[in-house]
Amino acid sequence: MSEQFFDWEYAIGFMPTLLEGLWVTIQVTVVAFILAAILGLLMALGRRSDNPWIAQPIGAIVEFIRSTPLLVQLFIFFYVLPRYGLRMPAFIVGTIALGLHYGTYTSEIYRAGIDAIDRGQWEAARALNFSPVRTWVGIVLPQAIPPMIPALGNYLVAMFKESAQLSAITVVELTLTARTIGTQSFRFLEPFTMAGVLYFLISYPSSLVVQRLEKRYAGK
Amino acid sequence: MPNEDNLFVKIRNYIFLVIGLLAIGIAIGVELMINPPESPPFDLLPILLRGLAVTIELTLLGAALALVVAIVAGVARASGNIIVRTIVGFYVEVFRGTSILVQLFWIFFVLPLPPFNLSLTPLQAGVLALGLNVGAYGAEVVRGAIGAIPRGQIEASIALNMPPGMMMRRVIIPQAMVRILPPFGNLLIELLKATSLVSLITLSDVTFQGLALRQSVGRTTEVFLLILVIYFLLAYPLTLGVRWLERQRQWAT
Amino acid sequence: MQANSSDPIVRFENVTKAFGELTVLRNLDFDVAPAEKVTIVGPSGSGKTTILRVLMTLEKPDDGVIWVDGEPLWHQKSGSKLVPASEKHLRKVRGNIGMVFQHFNLFPHMTALRNVTEAPIHVLKMPKGDAEQRAVELLNHVGLGDKLGHYPSQLSGGQKQRVAIARALAMRPKVMLFDEVTSALDPELVGEVLNVIRELAEEGEMAMLLVTHEMGFAREVSDRVVFFDKGRVVEQGPPEQIFGNPQNERTKSFFNAVLRH
Repeated sequence: MSEQFFDWEYAIGFMPTLLEGLWVTIQVTVVAFILAAILGLLMALGRRSDNPWIAQPIGAIVEFIRSTPLLVQLFIFFYVLPRYGLRMPAFIVGTIALGLHYGTYTSEIYRAGIDAIDRGQWEAARALNFSPVRTWVGIVLPQAIPPMIPALGNYLVAMFKESAQLSAITVVELTLTARTIGTQSFRFLEPFTMAGVLYFLISYPSSLVVQRLEKRYAGK
Repeated sequence: MPNEDNLFVKIRNYIFLVIGLLAIGIAIGVELMINPPESPPFDLLPILLRGLAVTIELTLLGAALALVVAIVAGVARASGNIIVRTIVGFYVEVFRGTSILVQLFWIFFVLPLPPFNLSLTPLQAGVLALGLNVGAYGAEVVRGAIGAIPRGQIEASIALNMPPGMMMRRVIIPQAMVRILPPFGNLLIELLKATSLVSLITLSDVTFQGLALRQSVGRTTEVFLLILVIYFLLAYPLTLGVRWLERQRQWAT
Repeated sequence: MQANSSDPIVRFENVTKAFGELTVLRNLDFDVAPAEKVTIVGPSGSGKTTILRVLMTLEKPDDGVIWVDGEPLWHQKSGSKLVPASEKHLRKVRGNIGMVFQHFNLFPHMTALRNVTEAPIHVLKMPKGDAEQRAVELLNHVGLGDKLGHYPSQLSGGQKQRVAIARALAMRPKVMLFDEVTSALDPELVGEVLNVIRELAEEGEMAMLLVTHEMGFAREVSDRVVFFDKGRVVEQGPPEQIFGNPQNERTKSFFNAVLRH
């Protein structure tokens, strides 16, 4: 075989398989992000609770998850949970772990965003005798969430890239697909480079969009 | 009426907590019943601590490389000429735009093969991948901090006839440092957590030792909980350090 | 070539500077004699500050030549022709000029003392002890001998501006530029800064070029007042003449508007 620097023939040959892997990566990312967005909000609200018995444990859990590697958490979900009868496909397990991990990050965004709401808004809501639920749903969150969108977008892009770690628990996403292709033919340059290109082609334009959003909200 | 309402809220709050605690308690109880431990998990520690040495080594070397890369690339991107800015910008965007795991695999699996024929030990590959990846994020921090220096500082330096290098060293970087330190602390925490990825290229860090233990002695729950605690004990002091730094505003009193 | 003592210390020859569509200096010819105190007054946005900024090399002129102490500032001689200045040449000529800014621009990470010693030690390569001794003298001179260890954030605006003056003086410039140095100050702090500048003007041998809105002060310290508008010198002369008996209509209406305040 000729010693080409980059074997395009080979690269074109495995592209369909690689794109299947990318599709799995995208699915995992989107579902995990929705999970992270919801969990993050719950964690943020929990940490803000007036009741220390709620706020403290939730705070501790958030800190703990944030301070430990996603990879180890994936292994725990993958190896430990089945021992307690929680048997789920790796795809599901990985998505939940990814969503939970990034939920601790998004919770910080919610927290900062909620803190940024003017005191007067709370006082006005109290003066109008709104219920707590009505205050949150009707007054606080509608104001707090739009400026958070760029920061959440940043984490969406980060999750897209970090979902590669799910390859360690046998989820056949982009990175594991590339690795498998490489192992079969013992040429790693093309599959890993093309995987990198695919990650880049999606994450770079996305982060540009996020930057534009950031500017728009910063301009306000 | 308001009192009752309050009480109800309180009880409801406690109920969630109680359910949570009960769930954890039951889980531990079930675990103990199914797999009664033969001994406390301390016998696992020596092997995990051997992995800890590798994790710490990787963190320190990776952080050192990342620091150098971040400062050089950040300063170059903020003040270099157009060619330098383009090259450095390409590096930064590629490493920020792709997954660190792919970067690690690329360095570990691709470099030893033709046409590169550059054989790296797993440790070297790990340090390189971590350093270059975190360095790219750090470069953006440095660039942002330099960009945030008021224009008047540069003008004052010119008026005092400082050459550009001296202006960078004595005026801009010291001021940028204050803005840089907290994000750098956060990046160090991310780097520490990312070291766990090297277990996937056969480097025997804490995570790798844990995976090996799981295969050799089982006791999966204990092994992984211990690993979590080890990482937490490494990372949490850094988190506290970052918060402390954020509270320090040296010249802003 | 040695500069003759009667030669101007600063000479603008046909200097033009535009920002996009807006021309702020139009073929400006303008001299400052050694030790002369010149105040530039005029409506805001008239380009007064740009004169100082081009002279401090903060802005590059589009056309024309500026001479400082007999040397071209933005150019250097190559045979008989003038070519754009190298960084080295720029630094050499720039060493004759000092500047005090509207917004002080003190280094926030250095104490008052270090703000003043930093450039003498590292740019002029002065021994540290000498630089500190001189800095203490200068800070004493501007009435801040008790604030040596204070950071800029711990000083009032007037104090900051006095440190900035000491910092510029420490470089022993032949020409000192003051760019609206009291505009950013609370009214009650203006006096202390003007007093320091007044003393400097009385001491003498340094040329001073001031852009200010303090008309009374300008009248008091200046050898010459220049009324500047729309990128051109409209009228200039001794303060008594410019303030007391302006000839040009634009000058008259400007002073009418200003003095009515």
